[in-house]
Amino acid sequence: MSILAVMEQRGGKWNRMSFETLAAAQQLAKELNTTASAAVIGDGVDSLAAELAAKQLEKVYAVENALLKDYTPDAYSIALRQLTDHAKPALAIFPHSYQVRDFLPKLAASLGKVAVSDVVSHRVQNGEVVLVRQLFQGKISADVRFNGAAPHFASLQAGAYRADQAADGSAPVEKFAPRIEAAEIRTKPLELFRESQRAVDLSAAGIIVSVGRGIKEADNIPLVQKLADALGAELAASRPICDAGWLPMERQVGSSGQTVAPKMYMAIGISGAIQHLVGMKGSRTVVAINKDPNAPIFEVADYGIVGDLFQIVPELIEAVNKAK
Amino acid sequence: MKIIVAIKQVPARDSQLRIAASGKWIEESDVAYEINEPDAYALEAALQLKEKNGGEVIALCAAPERASQTIREALAKGADRAIHIEEDMSAFDPLWSARLLAAAIKSESPDLVLTGLQSDDLGYGQTGVILAELLGLPHATLIMQVETQGAGIRVKRELEDGWFQHVEMPLPALLTIQSGISKLRYATLMGIKKAKTKEVKRFSAADLDAVPGPPNITLDRVYLPERVKHTQLFEGSPKEAAAKLVEKLKFEARVL
Repeated sequence: MSILAVMEQRGGKWNRMSFETLAAAQQLAKELNTTASAAVIGDGVDSLAAELAAKQLEKVYAVENALLKDYTPDAYSIALRQLTDHAKPALAIFPHSYQVRDFLPKLAASLGKVAVSDVVSHRVQNGEVVLVRQLFQGKISADVRFNGAAPHFASLQAGAYRADQAADGSAPVEKFAPRIEAAEIRTKPLELFRESQRAVDLSAAGIIVSVGRGIKEADNIPLVQKLADALGAELAASRPICDAGWLPMERQVGSSGQTVAPKMYMAIGISGAIQHLVGMKGSRTVVAINKDPNAPIFEVADYGIVGDLFQIVPELIEAVNKAK
Repeated sequence: MKIIVAIKQVPARDSQLRIAASGKWIEESDVAYEINEPDAYALEAALQLKEKNGGEVIALCAAPERASQTIREALAKGADRAIHIEEDMSAFDPLWSARLLAAAIKSESPDLVLTGLQSDDLGYGQTGVILAELLGLPHATLIMQVETQGAGIRVKRELEDGWFQHVEMPLPALLTIQSGISKLRYATLMGIKKAKTKEVKRFSAADLDAVPGPPNITLDRVYLPERVKHTQLFEGSPKEAAAKLVEKLKFEARVL
């Protein structure tokens, strides 16, 4: 009965969140006085498994089948159900990636279980794991507990655990070959593609001024652009602004857009839904301007003004120009 | 094409939330309810598919009586009929909720089941995928586009960091729809009028033989998030607050 970290790779490259999951598994194992193992899934994962073998783990499972080459929710659920039966973890944890969201609820449901998704932290209480997750777009937190027998399942929010804390060591690799029939895979995934070459690389920007729903109309965007110009900043946005076509998709910050870590990130009229925060919470200094004092953006902000952005931004432009 | 759209009713986006005395949920009497925004996009996708391919759109909602308004709105926007499972859902974990919805869906044998990608209240982001498992349907999540292709469909799925992928699958199938994929329609006056005559079937969990057992997970406690950072807030007139902020940015954070 141990903790199992299920890593994510595509085409032989790790999803960078995987090592956060691995670090979390090691931490949980230590706190629960048990061991951590890790699994990598695909077709031909020897070199990835070898990389995991240099971590402090009880075992590395190399889960291989030709039908696991390209991700499908059917094949992944089947493979992981068999691995769970074999490895018998008390708790299997995953990165809360788009791929995991696509198959983990199915995997858990097939075993009559519910996965706790998008976990931000945990604590151990009376030998039991209590998981913390966010409700209402981050406005409320909740403690969640598993009931019933193992295995339990959870996925961890990007950035909730630190990949650089994954401890080195050495672990044996065990090959695990799940039985999958081609006919069990009902969806046919085609090639990955990008809509357009990215002309804007927000990750290189020193200062970013980002705009959200609070701006109300496309006609108001130039006001924020003026502030960005005054600060010598790149203009960015939360998803709804790009969905509405008010700014191009390439300027979107968040889980489905770019991940940024500038020296200053100024969020104008952005409430700070989790999907946005994961894209910018590594910023050195965060400034938030929002009319709602309870907006989650203030939880990650160093400086803030609660008020009407349409009154504050013009004053801010003037003050910035004066300070230069 | 017969399409079922599962919609949820959630507290309105700009609600000021208070923790209930029980410490286990928010104070519900404080808030107004509306359709879960991601589900509004699922409904929109369903209506567009019907306009293109013909067929029927059925709105499905499991919630107390208060959801009647949200269901009416879905009918006013163009859903042909609705199924309202009238239940207080607080005893249902995501698996039990999905079992309840699946029980109502099975008897309809739809070609396509759509849900939003997640709810704005609990935000588990699981109902759709669990439903697919329970109904034995192929599925795909975070869908931006749906096209019919022979006897099946071809969908465009969003991945991280600006990547996309097309996926082909047979029908019947289940899709969770990404938000923001198209403009949401408003109900027309004619639509609102017509909605009053459209059929709403009402069931309870007992009618559907889907009374929940013990939950797999329990919400022990809800609370306002502990601040990870101490935020310096600047008060005063907009001019004063802006001046104080700029001063701090220049001399304390040294980012100007």
